[in-house]
Amino acid sequence: MTTRPNIRQIDLASTSLRDLNAALQGAAEGSDDAWTIVNPRGRHAIAVGMTNPVEVTIAGHAGYYAAGMNQRAIVTIDGNAGPGVAENMMSGRVHVKGNASMAAGATGHGGLLVIDGDAGARCGISMKGIDIVVRGSVGHMSGFMAQSGNLVVCGDAGEALGDSLYEARVFVRGTVKSLGADCEKKEMTVADRDLLQSLLERAGMSDVPVGAFTLYGSARRLYHFHVDNASAY
Amino acid sequence: MCGIVGLFLKNPEFQPRLGYMTSRMLRVMTERGPDSAGFAVYGSAPSGHVKLTLRGVADIDLSALALQLLGVLGGDVEFARHDDHAVLAIPAATEGAVRALLATLAPGAVVASSGHAIELYKGVGLPEDVAGRIGLSGMGGTHAIGHTRMATESAVTVAGAHPFSTGTDQCLVHNGSLSNHNALRRMLVREGQTFDTENDSEVAAGYLSWRMAQGARLDEALGAALSDLDGFYTFVVGTRSGFAVLRDPVACKPAVMAETDDYVAFASEYRAFAELPGIDTATVFEPEPQRVYYWEHQA
Repeated sequence: MTTRPNIRQIDLASTSLRDLNAALQGAAEGSDDAWTIVNPRGRHAIAVGMTNPVEVTIAGHAGYYAAGMNQRAIVTIDGNAGPGVAENMMSGRVHVKGNASMAAGATGHGGLLVIDGDAGARCGISMKGIDIVVRGSVGHMSGFMAQSGNLVVCGDAGEALGDSLYEARVFVRGTVKSLGADCEKKEMTVADRDLLQSLLERAGMSDVPVGAFTLYGSARRLYHFHVDNASAY
Repeated sequence: MCGIVGLFLKNPEFQPRLGYMTSRMLRVMTERGPDSAGFAVYGSAPSGHVKLTLRGVADIDLSALALQLLGVLGGDVEFARHDDHAVLAIPAATEGAVRALLATLAPGAVVASSGHAIELYKGVGLPEDVAGRIGLSGMGGTHAIGHTRMATESAVTVAGAHPFSTGTDQCLVHNGSLSNHNALRRMLVREGQTFDTENDSEVAAGYLSWRMAQGARLDEALGAALSDLDGFYTFVVGTRSGFAVLRDPVACKPAVMAETDDYVAFASEYRAFAELPGIDTATVFEPEPQRVYYWEHQA
């Protein structure tokens, strides 16, 4: 990360959320500014919809949809994040230093979401290209209907991991409580291992050894209608 | 959507501020439930007494009512008015007689709760207004549970507001909706439980009261609820000395908890905690689905 010379502080105790987001979204292209948001106090929709590569630090806990729809911005949450952090992120980077609640990185198309703590249920639900790296564990139904991108879990995964998975890849280092429908263990190739290594490095977790991970992916049995399953509908 | 807050104090020094802390949390949850609000505050009654919280007593002369009760029962009767609610402290042995007398002397009044510790208040309107007119911020106690309601399964009425109390010193608040409440209500009615509303959450409260009447501890009753209740729920439940949290297996209704040496707090969203003392260094965590969380004061 580059060092930004101008740090601007915005206090959410005295600035409205709309003014904050308007200021962040309006940051000039190529600006060297870095922003620090103090007194977030769990407010919702902080630092959403940014399109420029500005650097933003949220100094405290954030509520729902923090850094949602992010494009190119680099957002650090120095605390916990509520449901839907970095929801539908397109690019850029969002780093949660604490825990994230449910649906972290949901429907994300790109960029990198790093969670230093645990993530709740449905982490990476319907992800479409985002990379998510979680140092802790993820809750149930994580990677549900995940289409592309990579979900890396250094801890354990809850029930029904990767249910109805498409082509996203899920790396888990710890135990998996149960696999969802059509999710299966995959052979890890050298290319997969290299990818995992680079994801961990980009997430600042190169201390986590690659060797202990297992790769999960789609068994591709749900892609086409199968008459034997007719009774299940 | 609904909002829940709960506060279970570990440090007795905080007890005088229980109501104030709860009222601040409740106010923040207005956006999750602006229709109605309610709260249960657990404190103590004079030894050998029970407290009855009466609702709908705005037009009743409570001094006259207390005198009438005294005239019939003897002994001591204390009362405190909180807007359209009143708390009567009566000798425990007279509860049945008092309830029968109230039906005649104050026919519009509803007994909202009874117990050694519980006081239960609710009203229609913005949570801040309901808490303000009842005077929540001035109340002390050991633990409190509050709810802000956005109605889904039944009408916006005072009776449909949470918490629901279906047993002595018991109360429950609910965020979610149950899908098997009608069948469960029929079963519980056969078992002798009574219900005041058509509300699904009251059925959950009645279910737990039924389990506990059979001898289950609160945490055991909640464990059994996992297999018998169908639907979406985050419950916070209070008893005379206990405080518990349960989320359904899908856990789509939000929940966050904070614990310090001084308290355990529950809220639907973190922002309700923002003003709590010591929150910056509290352990903040999301309760897991299907796991019973339970705290109890030494009796």
